[in-house]
Amino acid sequence: MKSMNTLVFSLPWTVIGRTVIGRTVIGGTVIGGTVIGGTVIGLALLALSLGCSQNPSNVNADASGSKLSGRLTLTGSSTVAPLAMEIARRFEQLHSGVRVDVQTGGSGKGISDAHAGIADIGMASRSLKPDEADLRSNQIAADGVGLIVHSSNTVSELTRQQVIAIYTNQLNNWKEVGGLDQEITVVHKAEGRATLEVFLEHFGIDNPTVKADVIVGDNQHCVKTVAGAKGAIGYVSIGTAEADIDARVPIRLLPLDGIQASSANVASGDFPMSRPLNLVTTESPSQLAVAFVQFCQSADVHDLVKSQYFVPVTSESNVAK
Amino acid sequence: MLRNDLPLKIVTRTLAILSAAIVLLVFGFLVRESQPALSQLGFTRFFTDASWHPLSGQFNLTPMIVATLLTSVGAIVLAAPLGIASAVFVHFYAPSSLAIWHRRFIELLAGIPSVVFGLWGLVVLAPIIAQLGGSGQNLLTATIVLGLMVLPTVAMLSDTAIGWVPQDWVHGAAALGMQRWAIVGKVVLPGARRGIAAGVMLALTRAMGETMAVLMLAGNIVEMPTSLLSPGRTLNANIALELGYASASHRSVLFVSGLILMLVVSVIVIGVSRWEGRSNGGR
Repeated sequence: MKSMNTLVFSLPWTVIGRTVIGRTVIGGTVIGGTVIGGTVIGLALLALSLGCSQNPSNVNADASGSKLSGRLTLTGSSTVAPLAMEIARRFEQLHSGVRVDVQTGGSGKGISDAHAGIADIGMASRSLKPDEADLRSNQIAADGVGLIVHSSNTVSELTRQQVIAIYTNQLNNWKEVGGLDQEITVVHKAEGRATLEVFLEHFGIDNPTVKADVIVGDNQHCVKTVAGAKGAIGYVSIGTAEADIDARVPIRLLPLDGIQASSANVASGDFPMSRPLNLVTTESPSQLAVAFVQFCQSADVHDLVKSQYFVPVTSESNVAK
Repeated sequence: MLRNDLPLKIVTRTLAILSAAIVLLVFGFLVRESQPALSQLGFTRFFTDASWHPLSGQFNLTPMIVATLLTSVGAIVLAAPLGIASAVFVHFYAPSSLAIWHRRFIELLAGIPSVVFGLWGLVVLAPIIAQLGGSGQNLLTATIVLGLMVLPTVAMLSDTAIGWVPQDWVHGAAALGMQRWAIVGKVVLPGARRGIAAGVMLALTRAMGETMAVLMLAGNIVEMPTSLLSPGRTLNANIALELGYASASHRSVLFVSGLILMLVVSVIVIGVSRWEGRSNGGR
C-alpha cells in the first residue's frame, strides 16, 4: 500500500525529468544518457523479470545463480527503496530462483523490522544509533543534500547562521547577505521527507520555527520552483541538482562550510550535509541476504546508484567473512 | 413482458447497490484508517490547534479546508462562464464546421493529464504570476489552472444539456420574433438549467478532488490565506505530499484530512441537491 503510494507520487517527476532532458539536451550528454539509459535499463529489467521464467538463457544466471534461491524481504527507508528495487531486479535476473520484495515505511521501520526478523534486510538512510549496536549496517551509497539558488543569484556562499536566519524568517532580502535587492523566497520540503530531516538536523532547526514561502514535495519539484523564481533558495539531493545543472536548468549549488557541493565531496565524506544509505542486517544474516548485500556494494550496481542520483561508495563490507 | 423484466430488474438493482456500496466502502475505509487519530486526539483539535506540524503534534486542518474551497470555487467562477459560453457558441453562433472543431478541442482539453497541466503551470504560468511578487506558486495560479482543467466538464455537459432543449421551443421563440440572444437567454438557458447545473456540480467536485496540479502550483504552505496571492495547501495535496513518507500515527492523521475532504464534498453535494429540489418544487 505504502510503496504503491510512493510510486504513484514519484511517477510524474520521472516523466518531467525525462521531458526536460529530452528537450534541452539534444543527443544526450553523459547525464542525459545515464537517465535515459537508466530508464531503459529499468524497463528492460522489468520486462526481463516479468518474463524471467520464459527467458532462462542468461549466461550469468548459469554461472553463479544456480545455488541461490528463495525469497528476500527488504523494508524501510523510502529514499533507499527505489535504488533497492532496481538492484533487486538485476539480482533476480542473475539468480532466477530468487524473489526480492521491497517495501517502504521509513528508516525506523526498516531497522526495527530487521531487528525483529520481520525483514531479512532493513533499509536505512541514516547511521545506526548506539542502542542499535546489535545490528550490522552496510553502506551501499551516499546521499548529499545541497542548498540551491537561481543561477542569476550573486551570493557565492552563506554561513550557517545566515541559512538559519533565512529559514526562520529573520532575513528576508538577499541584499542583507551581500546579494541583490531581492526578496528571498524560501523553498522548504513537506514533513516526513528524508532531505528535510537531513537539512533540519544539519542546521539544528526545529521544523515548526521554519517560515517557508513554498513547500514542495520532492527534489524535482524543488528544482523547478527555484529555477522559476529568481529570489528562491531550496535544498535538494546533490545528484539531482548536478544532473539538472548539466541539463542547463538555471540553478546553482552553494558550497557549505567552504566545501563545494559535489558528488565527489559526498563520496569522500568531506561534504558536511550528507548521509549514508545503509542496508541493515542482524549479526547472522542468511546466505542469501549476504549475497544480496555484497551485490549491492559491488561495482556492478554503480550505474544504478548513479541513475538514482546517489553517490556510489567503496566501503568495507560488514557481512563479508 | 413483465416477467421478462425480472432478470433485468435483479441485474440493475445489484449493479446500483454495488456502485452505491463503493462510496460506503471508501467512507468506511477512511473512518477505519483515521480512527486511531480521532480517538487519540479528538475531532476538535483538527480545528483548534495552532498550526499543521504533524510530527510536532500540531494538527490544524482549517486553513486547508479554506484553501480547498477557495481554489475549487474559484475554478468554477472561471470555468462556468467560459464553459456555458462555449456551449452556446457551438449551438447558436458557430458555423457547423467550426463547431465540430471547437468540440474536438474541448474534448482534447479534457484528455490532457493533470500532471501536464501542473507542469505547464509550474514552468509557464508561475513565472508570469511571480511578477506580481513571491514565487508564483499560490492560490491564484492553482485556481487558474484548475479552472482550465474543469472547463471541458462544464462545456461538454452544457453542450449536451442545450442539445436536449426541444427544437420546437427555439423555433417557437424565433417565430415570436425574438432575437437570437433573447432566445438563448430566455428560452434555451432556462430550459437547459438542470443539465448545466449538473455539469457545474460535477466540475466543482472534480476541482475539489484534483490533487497533482494543485500540489505543483499552490505553494503548499499551511496558513490561513489572506489574499489570492497567498500560497495555500489543499486537503488532498496534503495527503499526496506527506503520505508516501508518513509513519503510522502521521498516516492516520492524513486519513483524517481525507475524511474531512469527503465530508466537505458531501455537504456541498447534499446542500446543492436539496436547494435544487426546493427551487424546482417552487416552480
